Amino acid sequence: MVAIGLTLVRLRDLFSVAMLFGIFSLLAAALYVVQDAVDVAFTEAAVGAGISTVLILATLALTTSEEKAPPGRALGALAVVLVTGAALIYGTLDMPAYGDPAAPIHQHVVPRYIERSAAEIGVPNIVTSVLASYRGYDTLGEVTVIFTAAAGVLALLGRRRGRVGIVDSLQVRQDARKDGEVPRSVLAPKPILRVVSKLLMPLILLFALYVQFHGDFGPGGGFQAGVIFGSAFILYALIFGAHNARQVIPAAVRRAGLGAGLLLYALVGVAGLLMGGRYLNYAVLADEPTHGQHLGIMLIEFGVGTTVAAAMIIIFFVFSGQDR
Amino acid sequence: MDVLGLFNYWIVIVLMMIGFYIVISHGNLVKKVVGLNVFQVSVFVFFISMSKVRGGTAPILEEGIEVYSNPLPHVLILTAIVVGVATTALALGLVVRIRDAYGTIEADEIIEPEEDGA
Repeated sequence: MVAIGLTLVRLRDLFSVAMLFGIFSLLAAALYVVQDAVDVAFTEAAVGAGISTVLILATLALTTSEEKAPPGRALGALAVVLVTGAALIYGTLDMPAYGDPAAPIHQHVVPRYIERSAAEIGVPNIVTSVLASYRGYDTLGEVTVIFTAAAGVLALLGRRRGRVGIVDSLQVRQDARKDGEVPRSVLAPKPILRVVSKLLMPLILLFALYVQFHGDFGPGGGFQAGVIFGSAFILYALIFGAHNARQVIPAAVRRAGLGAGLLLYALVGVAGLLMGGRYLNYAVLADEPTHGQHLGIMLIEFGVGTTVAAAMIIIFFVFSGQDR
Repeated sequence: MDVLGLFNYWIVIVLMMIGFYIVISHGNLVKKVVGLNVFQVSVFVFFISMSKVRGGTAPILEEGIEVYSNPLPHVLILTAIVVGVATTALALGLVVRIRDAYGTIEADEIIEPEEDGA
């Protein structure tokens, strides 16, 4: 990873930078598996190696893929970096050793999560129970950030096409023209890609649903399912053209999904309030507390998945719908 | 002191400094975004490596397993990754708009015309 990072500094061809960054993310995902963080590795593999690489490539297509020669402040920057790094390394001398069970991070609330989540939540995957139940507020906030970012991308770039041709019919024609130029001519004639992606699409979507609803028991959950679902559509759009992919999920549905997921999450919290508990306390949702927890976690994970998938698809379509 | 036990932090710091270096020394805005992402990944690795417990396993409850790795950092980083890609998309969207307005994505060339006008 360090080697790839160093190459990233040197490379001036931004296209290779994007590709290398994908590999960098995949390595990071492998590292997370080694360190027992299966849920995290899942997300990193889907996001880093898939979606963010596509996004960087889309930006390059819209701007330029060659970096100008760096200005002459490299030495100063290097000095700042070396000093900061040395200070940080000095700081690590007081840190607990890798894998030390007595480290302070393992002392506070975590033993309680590990010992009692089976009885309190009844969900084997502790990551899911912490994410959705114990720290439900944080997750709600994070979903809101994703919602805001996607809305921001829409606000920044969503209207940009409108400046060229305001009328809807014009937009459709532009899309058709652009698709004819870019994706169809590059990838569509390749029969292997078409057949394989057609075979893979339902499997990826099925896998996303499995990850979504099996997140209580194995690694998985709304965030992972959302990005996998989103990347299935991105694959489809890359090979069959953005215009075709747009028709599969109309814009209204995409935008409604973005908001509806967040709303579902927040409303589950309100439902808990109405039924006599605290906000985002699912135990009151059913007769048995663990049943309530199950129901609540399933609902909010579904909300998370909807928002994340809609956000990924919207961001991709906005980027792919740009004129150069 | 067990120096090898601190190796993971050093890798994190090296990665972090690489990202930092890219951000402050390069003028290209896309490169800056990539640098920020490298920085971000280094923070993720930092959290995940702290959550590892020696002899522990993935935090999914099962019969007969006593030691689990710490699930809390996993939760934080899992959401942070998805939030990270969303904010990266926002940053790249800004880059595209900047190129619209200035015709370049090099920071120096963006600053120059503004100074001339002022």
